[in-house]
Amino acid sequence: MDRPFGLLAELTYACPLQCPYCSNPLDLSRYGDELTTPEWLRVLDQARELGVLQLHLSGGEPLQRRDLTEITRHASELGLYTNLITSALGLSVRRADELRAAGLDHVQISIQADEATLSDRIAGLPSFQRKLTAARMVKKLDWPLTLNVVLHRHNVDRIAGILALAEELGADRIELAHTQYYGWARRNRDALLPGRDQLDRAQTVVRAARERLQGRMEIIYVLPDYYSRYPKPCMGGWGRRQLTVVPNGDVLPCPTAHEVPLPRASVREHTLAWIWEQSPVFQAFRGTDWMPDPCRSCDRRELDFGGCRCQAFQLTGDAARTDPVCQLSPDHQLVAAAVRAAGGPAEAVLVPRTHPDPPPRPRRPRPA
Amino acid sequence: MTEPGSRPKLAPHVRLSFDQTRQRYVLLTPEAVTVLNDTGAAVVNLCDGQRTLAEIVAELEPRYRRVPADEVRHFLDRLAATGRLETNDG
Repeated sequence: MDRPFGLLAELTYACPLQCPYCSNPLDLSRYGDELTTPEWLRVLDQARELGVLQLHLSGGEPLQRRDLTEITRHASELGLYTNLITSALGLSVRRADELRAAGLDHVQISIQADEATLSDRIAGLPSFQRKLTAARMVKKLDWPLTLNVVLHRHNVDRIAGILALAEELGADRIELAHTQYYGWARRNRDALLPGRDQLDRAQTVVRAARERLQGRMEIIYVLPDYYSRYPKPCMGGWGRRQLTVVPNGDVLPCPTAHEVPLPRASVREHTLAWIWEQSPVFQAFRGTDWMPDPCRSCDRRELDFGGCRCQAFQLTGDAARTDPVCQLSPDHQLVAAAVRAAGGPAEAVLVPRTHPDPPPRPRRPRPA
Repeated sequence: MTEPGSRPKLAPHVRLSFDQTRQRYVLLTPEAVTVLNDTGAAVVNLCDGQRTLAEIVAELEPRYRRVPADEVRHFLDRLAATGRLETNDG
């Protein structure tokens, strides 16, 4: 069996931002009973043993966890490559120094646009200037910096300005990734999906920037799968390369798999190795045996693995169907209709993500 | 493009590490893990920013029966193209 390379640790779903494209679950009340520090350290030990080499510290906003430094230090000591995915809110000089000393390898900061008014409007609070300050500090500390920008119809036309800002900040990489329609983003899909004309313009800008910045800044540009001919090879295959541990200890093949009705598997009840190798949730769509036609007989079945199970479930009610994004899917009209409507005159309203009150912090370690 | 006089070294955000679980050298970057075969690992281990490409090839020759310089260069070019390697010329 393949061993996982990467662990996405969603430490908490608490977050100061209210981005309308948030991919975290709609119902956050199930995740308030967060793993304690000793529980996370145990998860990391088990992950390393299982073959995990990269740790992505995410959320929510991972800086909301006061034990982030301790978790990072432990991961570093295990030899994991550690990557902080943050809004940068809460990344003070003191916190950054601590994380640097704890061995954090890489920082990814999200920005919402290339100027304060739009960025703050999308984020739901004044944050743009703080993000820039934090990004400059990251570079000053000689850390590699990636900027993350989630694209949608309200900011995709700003892509040239976003790239110029990344260049000015000295970012080593920029990830320009179109919104994926899970969690809260699904609710806002019709207000977020860009029009084809917007995508064509963005493509031209990205192509020119790649040429101009070659060797200086890596540009990753992820197209919205609604506009693709074939689906994305989600997570490189179900239970094949990656796993996600969510704040309450549930383990998932991908961060949105909570949308698919499958039996839960928790690090509070099982080892990570058992969950990876034997749990029903990881077995459900592993390999190609589960596939229906047209995937089953398709030449691309080992390339895109039938696409995204969560999207199939969300759009058709059956997680075992071909991802409707695929032009060969019998359900493709579901996606085609959304694309036809995108960029039309009827302007849908963006609903900002709301967060419940922050969950109570566990006060003492649970018995292991 | 890696030239015989280039002195390649790993980019600052890239870490070379030995994975006990897989018993293989791996290159770790923010979004990817590259599992190296033995020859690949031997090449990368010599990319210290001091040795030139020509010196790397010469050093590998006694260890492996045949080290085609073109293949080593091609391998390093691929690492450079994906930002894993820096090449200081001259």
